[in-house]
This record gives sequence, structure tokens and C-alpha cells, in this order.
Amino acid sequence: MGYQRYDLAPLTHSIDLFLYNHLPATWAFIAEMTIIGVVFLIFYAVIGLYLVLAERKVCAFMQNRIGPNRVGWFGVIQTIADLFKLLMKELITIRKADKFLFNLAPFIVIIASFLGLAAIPFAMGLHAIDFNIGIFYIMAVSSVGVVGVLLAGWSSNNKYSLIGAMRSGAQIVSYELSVGLSLLVIAIYSGSLQLSTIVESQADAWWIIKGHIPAIIAFIVFITAGTAETNRGPFDLAEAESELTAGFHTEYSGIKFAFFFLAEYMNMFLIASVAATVFWGGWMPLHIPGCEGFNNAMDFIPPICWYFGKTAIVILIMMWFKWTFPRLRIDQLLTLEWKYLLPINLVNIIVVALIVLMGWYIK
Amino acid sequence: MKSIFNYITGIFKGVWTLLKGMSVTGKYFIRLDKIVTQKYPENRKKLKMYDRFKGEVIMPHDAGNYHRCTGCGICELNCPNGSIEVLTDKITTTEGKSKRILDKYIYHLSMCTFCGLCVKTCPSTAIAFSQEFEHAVFDRQKLTKVLNKQGSSLVKDIAE
Repeated sequence: MGYQRYDLAPLTHSIDLFLYNHLPATWAFIAEMTIIGVVFLIFYAVIGLYLVLAERKVCAFMQNRIGPNRVGWFGVIQTIADLFKLLMKELITIRKADKFLFNLAPFIVIIASFLGLAAIPFAMGLHAIDFNIGIFYIMAVSSVGVVGVLLAGWSSNNKYSLIGAMRSGAQIVSYELSVGLSLLVIAIYSGSLQLSTIVESQADAWWIIKGHIPAIIAFIVFITAGTAETNRGPFDLAEAESELTAGFHTEYSGIKFAFFFLAEYMNMFLIASVAATVFWGGWMPLHIPGCEGFNNAMDFIPPICWYFGKTAIVILIMMWFKWTFPRLRIDQLLTLEWKYLLPINLVNIIVVALIVLMGWYIK
Repeated sequence: MKSIFNYITGIFKGVWTLLKGMSVTGKYFIRLDKIVTQKYPENRKKLKMYDRFKGEVIMPHDAGNYHRCTGCGICELNCPNGSIEVLTDKITTTEGKSKRILDKYIYHLSMCTFCGLCVKTCPSTAIAFSQEFEHAVFDRQKLTKVLNKQGSSLVKDIAE
């Protein structure tokens, strides 16, 4: 296939070989881990900051405003300036807070979102770890974040924080089900939990096209439940600034607050990239079965562009949700999950199992 | 059976209304020409102000240096924070009648809240709001203004 001309595996292998040839095995291992860690840290910071800027710009355009436009051209370094402001702010310690848990909570939240990034295939061969249970791993680590949120709410010793954290707990416990079950639809279709295999299985066409109606339903459910899982958009009851000041991060200031803020955007990026990878083919170019010329033309666009383009579109949809819909009440939130999304999902899975059994999808 | 039907139609209705909402925000998202924000210091030269904007109280004078203020003092009575002082003179007309005319219309911009009660209640529409909004000065004295111009007088049709 044409897209293999952009395979990055030889490059990563040559770096690996170079390190192992010039260093003792232990040091080569440590150096490799450090390089990957640093690359991911930089990626995390850059993507997080620019997602904040993108959110502010999208929100502004939807409300007939311009948004940040003073710091740098078109406001491009606005969020970097904001980061420096947050770095220089005082870290206020709450006298009656549980100090250890209070300081631990932001790290749990940020580590949970950081772990998920490791399993994302960014381009062909550009993949930190290719687990054979990739989807399962991402679901598992992304739900660890709620522990941090609960700890933040509990240790702050503040009634608003506690209510926000409890709401967040109820929300994630409910919506985790829908996220898992909607991903299971594609797992049934592709017959694998490994993200690289799922991407390879979409070489002829993306699952959202091949899997027709059940895949579209699963995608809608996934994007709804995913938005809820990141505590964003119409589901931001955990912070609900109009009723709970800032919810679980009321008592946080400075860089600890920035951690929560950055983690929210990175969770959004993670959910969007999982949606793009599983439903829209990840880094796989747009292929239409039977159109050889078109497929070859599409293969000239590097996979990394496809990956980031699709992710950006899913992120835009999630931002669109946030700036259109009003916030749900807690009972409406739970009704949506337990009375609508979950039954739809369960029926959908049975239908998909039948479709795969009968072979009623584009192979 | 009916409840199942309601459940399913409810889902479609719900999705339809959500899409309707998204289409509104989506339209604004792509219509960049509808942005209302003004980039103020840069576009100061061609800044377009709106007629309803309440900048400061002015007294329009026509070409012959005539204003429309009779000095009745209704604006002064209506001002909630005493930012208007109307000073009047008594003159005797040629027919021997005693008449009140405007001497000085003092406006304290520093005390004005731009509520617009003076303009609204003026019986002879002698005062109006201008679109001027750059009021910053280095001396507080400059915020006390005399609105009627030097040597101006009441326009003829009201005077008679």
C-alpha cells in the first residue's frame, strides 16, 4: 500500500540501534525511556496550551467575538503567557486540608491523562507502546483520573469541593460503561483490542463507513460519553462554577490549578484521538474501495497529518457541544446515561454481533 | 406499547433539538463578518459608534449659534446625582415682560452616570448624548463643562 512510504518504524529502530550500539544495555534502556518521556512531556505541554487557546478562539467565534488577539499574532502566545502567570502565583496551603492528599491529587489527575497518551498510534510506526490490549489500557488509565478528582475534593476540606468531587465520581462511574461498550462495537468489528491492528484493519475503508449504522450510533454514544468523562461541556457538573464556585479545584491555586486545567484538555485530546483512531481510521488515509487513483493520491498526505486532522475535527465537535448546550442537572445526567445511552449501547452490541456473524458489513 | 413509542420518538426529538442548537452556534462560528468586537485603539480613526450610545451630555447649537434650552431646570431636578446646574438670568423684553433666559448650563461629567433621565425629560429637546467616550483628562477641573456656547441664545421659535 502507498501509505507505507511514510513508515516511521525504520527511523525509530535506527535510533534504538544507535543507542544500544554506543551505550551499555542498561544505560541505553534508560536513555531511550528518557528521550520518550521528554518528547511526550513537550508534546503534552504544547498540545495542552494550544488546546486552551483553540477553545478560547472557538468559543469567541461562536459568540461573535474575536477572542485572544493581543499577545502575539492572533493571540498565539496568549496561553504561554498565562502559563507563566500561573507558575509565578503563590501556592496557597489550606490550613485544615489534608496536606499530603491535597498535594498528591493534581499529580494523579495529570499522570492519568499522561499514561493514556503512551498507547496512541500517532503515525505509522510512531507508537510508544503497542499493547495488545490498547483500548482496554486507555480506558483503564483514563478512569484513574477520577481518583485524583475525588482526592482533591475530599482533601480540600471544603463543602463545594466535596460536592463537586462526589458528582464527578457518580458521573465517571456511569459514563465509563458507555465509553467501554461503544468501543466494544469496533472491537467486535475488527476482532482486536490492539490499536495498531484496528488501524490496519481500516486500510480499505474506515469503520464508521464499513460498520454503517451501528458504528455511527457507537460513535455518537462514544463522543457523548467521552465528553462526560472528561468533565467538560454540558457535563461539567464537577466544577459547575455558577453553583459550586469551581467544584473540586476551588482551593487550588498556581501551578496545581494549572495541572487540573491542563489535564482536562489532555483528556479531551485523548478521547478525541481514541475516537479518531477507532472510528475514523487514526493515521490511515481516506480510502474508498475500488478507487485506486483516489486512494493513491490520498496516500501522499503523510499519516501524521491525517491523525492530527481527524483529532482536531473531533475536538472541534466536543468544543461545539460545550459552547452550545446548557449544563445538565445531576438527575438529568444520570437519566441520560442509565435510561438512554446504556440501553441503546447494549442493543447496539447485540446488533453488531449479529451483523458480524452474518457478515452484513463491508469487508 | 405507548411508552416505548414515546421513548423512541423522545430520543429522535431530543437529537433533533440538539442539532438545531448546534446549527445556530455553527452558523455564527463560520460567519466571521458578524463579529461585533471592535479592535479599539487600532481602528480609532474609523470607529463606528451607534446612535443609542450614551457618551456625554451635549447641547446642540445650530449655525446661527442658537440653542434650544429655555432654562426651565427640569433636567436639573431629574438628575439623580446632581451633575447638572442650570444658572438663569432674568431679562426684560421690549414689550416690558420679565423673562427667564439661560445663563450657564453647567455639566459635571465626573458625577454623571449616563442614566439619560435629563435627555429623556427635556421638554424642548435641548440636550442630547454625543458619541464621544474618551473622557480621560489630567485635571479634574476639566470635567466640569459649560454646555451653552459663548454668546449663544435661545432659538427663535421657542422664544416666541
